[in-house]
Amino acid sequence: MTASPPAPQEPLTPGRGTRLDPWYASYAERTHGMKASEIRALFSVANRPEVVSLAGGMPYLAGLPMEIVAEVTDRLLRERGAVALQYGSGQGDVALREQITTVMAEEGITSHPDDVVVTTGSQQALDLVTRIFVDPGDVVVAEAPSYVGALGVFRAYQADVVHVEMDDDGLVPEALEATLTRLAAEGRRVKLLYTVPNFHNPGGTTLSLERRPQVVEIARRHGVLVLEDNPYGLLGFDDLTENPVMPALHSYNPQGVVYLGSFSKTFAPGYRVGWALAPHAVRERLVLASESAILCPSNMSQLSIATYLSTCDWRGQVKSYREVYRERRDATLHALAEHMPHATWTRPAGGFYTWVTLPEGLDAQAMLPRAVTELVAYVPGTAFYADGTGHRYMRLSYCYPTPERIHEGVRRLANVVNAELDLVRMFGTGGAGTRLAGTLNPGPNQA
Amino acid sequence: MTTTHTDLDVLVLAGGLSHERDVSIRSGRRVADALRSAGMTAHVHDVDGDLLASLRQARPDVVWPILHGSTGEDGSVRDVLDLVGVPYVGTDAAGSRLSWSKPVAKTLLARAGASTPRFTTLPQTLFRELGTRGVLERVLDVLGLPLVVKPASSGSALGVTVVRDAAALPQAMVACFAYGEEALIEQYVDGVEVAVSVVDLGDGPRALPSVEIATDGAYDYDARYNPGRSEYFVPGRLDEAQERAAADLAVLAHRTLGLRHLSRTDMIVDGDGVAWLLDINVAPGMTETSLFPLAAEASPYGVEELYAAIVRRAAGR
Repeated sequence: MTASPPAPQEPLTPGRGTRLDPWYASYAERTHGMKASEIRALFSVANRPEVVSLAGGMPYLAGLPMEIVAEVTDRLLRERGAVALQYGSGQGDVALREQITTVMAEEGITSHPDDVVVTTGSQQALDLVTRIFVDPGDVVVAEAPSYVGALGVFRAYQADVVHVEMDDDGLVPEALEATLTRLAAEGRRVKLLYTVPNFHNPGGTTLSLERRPQVVEIARRHGVLVLEDNPYGLLGFDDLTENPVMPALHSYNPQGVVYLGSFSKTFAPGYRVGWALAPHAVRERLVLASESAILCPSNMSQLSIATYLSTCDWRGQVKSYREVYRERRDATLHALAEHMPHATWTRPAGGFYTWVTLPEGLDAQAMLPRAVTELVAYVPGTAFYADGTGHRYMRLSYCYPTPERIHEGVRRLANVVNAELDLVRMFGTGGAGTRLAGTLNPGPNQA
Repeated sequence: MTTTHTDLDVLVLAGGLSHERDVSIRSGRRVADALRSAGMTAHVHDVDGDLLASLRQARPDVVWPILHGSTGEDGSVRDVLDLVGVPYVGTDAAGSRLSWSKPVAKTLLARAGASTPRFTTLPQTLFRELGTRGVLERVLDVLGLPLVVKPASSGSALGVTVVRDAAALPQAMVACFAYGEEALIEQYVDGVEVAVSVVDLGDGPRALPSVEIATDGAYDYDARYNPGRSEYFVPGRLDEAQERAAADLAVLAHRTLGLRHLSRTDMIVDGDGVAWLLDINVAPGMTETSLFPLAAEASPYGVEELYAAIVRRAAGR
């Protein structure tokens, strides 16, 4: 039998109202910011094939050798099915944790498998770290702009996010120092510095080699734990012989950094496997917190990835992803240069995103309905600021559409920008406000 | 008593490329579920390149277009259904066109004797020709404050702003034009927000119980689709004369625009008992928080029986 038709939870009684949700008064305070979002609704159009979506951060899985993945899964189920489908360790499969240390070694991290906690995507690691460190009202310092999925976690734990300026070389150490000093003077408790040092989401920038030890040292001096989120680190576009992978922040101070990694971008997000590398005591708490949240990460996913890593050329696959994404990055930058003379943008050296600054007065969030009408989608900058600012910016993702579609998308976007610019100039508005309702949470496909 | 209707096969059209795609999909699934519960066969189909082939192959008895916004409500999809020759639920293309344009619907209803807030309709191109300052000044002089700025054709409160301060008017116009080329600016009427659904099962249009919407703040997108934000009273807390005035307005709208099977008229009932027409919907929302299902639930039919009766009416059975 199918689900029941629309019916209110409370019986309709003349003179008595219904909110269609008898639990409305019972929700925790931390859920009050969760709203139905017009933006989220607009993104439902973005999934139609007619729309060029420069919004989604979905990896290009057509580049994955599905036959090999199928063989891996098939072999796993035949040979170790009873283990793969069983509960596992709360900390994660030990063989996979050993392999994770090998993956991290590619970025200069020396680690022990005992200090790795496998999680359901690195998003769960973000949640766990925030859960064990952040009380309501505590401060999390993060780049401006910052990853929307992290902001959602910090909001859920009622943290107060304070943004720190970034430039083309990533987080600005002087701004970080000034912010932490000011917060200390105000008596605020700063618990975490959240940062994406490589191929930033959404900024597309990379923290320079020179700044890395400075950032770690400033955090250490202020007694602030660094939460280093690095899902894109292996997806750099430069020739690795000329520009080797940048050392992780973790490598400068393993006791002061919790490092988050993920297989979502280097292999596939559907497995939902990420990890945290943490100092011993922190790791203990992360494991306990994870067990209380999910008991254990999926054995099926973990063993699939472990088998893939041990039997397939995963480095070759990462290299092939790098080439695909570099071609798309180039297509995006060429198209922007050709069609968007009024805007500026970052030049990512890896990863999935470029960050576009629109002409003065434009509001990317207010402009989104026009873009959807023109069959192109992006994520407005406001998604990436905890305080709802960032109207003038947009994030463009180049990871999923082909170079030809990217070019067409940017061309459509340029028409949208020109039409909106014309309108804003005509009405003399400064894009100071926006009419779109709701917390800007674009959803998993767009994060 | 529940009757079964296993004889009818219904194709529910939902989705499309409009700004309200998400609402449409949720509405469509809900209606399909209700029809299945009533014993019918129901499938949900998007409006895409496969639609015509699907209609040819599946040969449904009835199509129920639950498409919000643009082609779904402006009549064009219904024109295509006429060309295909398949019976469908709801108003034909001509009636859809009249109600899809808020200025046209308001004008026709005003001529038929209905009250509707004083308004003006201004396309974006006009501002390009005449400039903005002079036109907006005249709007403020003539209509006064507060004002409501909304796209001339749109739903779900998308692009709608209540303007209480003259300085906010230009920004409201920009927000509105992001959704469409034409803006409707109307006087804000203070009163109770009421929606009256109308059904015609063959014996003439009849109003279902009114639904009163009480919201902290504007009845915006969040208030419409986030359960709990709004409180609904069914029937509305109206006295007998007000309930009658609301019902009369909805039935008048249904008749005047030549609507078929079902419609929903949104209005404000003021302190003097006058029902002021705001908007007429030929494809009202059918989501879990929508107003038509609330009215249907409170009607003598109930949701499933009413939807099934509408389908049978559309099928001519």
